[in-house]
Amino acid sequence: MTNSTTPLPRLYPGMNLGETDPDTHEAAEELVFGFWVFLMSDAVLFALLFAVYETMVNSTAGGPGAAQLFHLKPTLIETLVLLASSFTFGMASLIMKFKQHVVLLQIALIGTLILGVSFLGFEISDFAKLTRQGAVPQLSGFLSSFYVLVSTHFLHVLSGCIWILVMLIQLSVFGLDETVKTRLLRLGIFWHFLDIVWIFIFTFVYLLGLL
Amino acid sequence: MNLGRELRKYVIGMVMALTLTGIAFALTIWNYWPVRTRFIIIIACAILQLLVHFRYFLHIDLEKSHRDDLQLILFSAFIIALMVGGMLWVIFNLNMRMM
Repeated sequence: MTNSTTPLPRLYPGMNLGETDPDTHEAAEELVFGFWVFLMSDAVLFALLFAVYETMVNSTAGGPGAAQLFHLKPTLIETLVLLASSFTFGMASLIMKFKQHVVLLQIALIGTLILGVSFLGFEISDFAKLTRQGAVPQLSGFLSSFYVLVSTHFLHVLSGCIWILVMLIQLSVFGLDETVKTRLLRLGIFWHFLDIVWIFIFTFVYLLGLL
Repeated sequence: MNLGRELRKYVIGMVMALTLTGIAFALTIWNYWPVRTRFIIIIACAILQLLVHFRYFLHIDLEKSHRDDLQLILFSAFIIALMVGGMLWVIFNLNMRMM
């Protein structure tokens, strides 16, 4: 460490701005913590949807089960796209912290948005394929719980994409001020949280279903 | 902490996440091991990947234990364990009785 100033403590989850913008760093503590409380309640929601899915996974009512319906390749593509979008959001956070450059930040966010929207596109094509095979939500308890779980995550990613779009507009209107920065901090932990939920969806729904 | 060090954390996290994802997907089709072994390894990969994402993307670790968000995570994990564990217990028990 060549840095002579005392390091600022980490105050909240996600990217901390202490080293480059102490004022926003202080202001963000309560806001990010409050958002983290919401995310944990969201985690409870997802955990219970997973529990419902586990109790329903064999209730196929004579219809097709996980092994007949799911495929490894589209799941792998969706996983890699979402993981890449988590990484590009990390790059956006680094640009916000160290470069404070609006256009570069917007490019990183647009990259994340493109990956997020392609993830949604792959999922829509998955759902469409299932529907063509006759695997609709009302067919069995298994399919009902599958659609509830996966489309809840889908709606979260969709709201994340809308949020990115709103932040892109706010960045060009307001520039990189304190409010925009704290909003981007919260968007960042939201986006990384969605990728964590997806780890459990591809593991418990797709991989263990195909095993 | 400077840009290079923080960037390296994201790259390390990405490489670890890709490795764990790759292992989990490969084990799904690689059928030389019994299903039970692969089942356990795939779940272990998911839990490890959860920790990798927490550590490298959300910058949460156990060293700075004075932070409120850590207590919140532990409390939420406790609530989730109670509700999910209790629910699975009750429903599977009922399923067994219905046989």
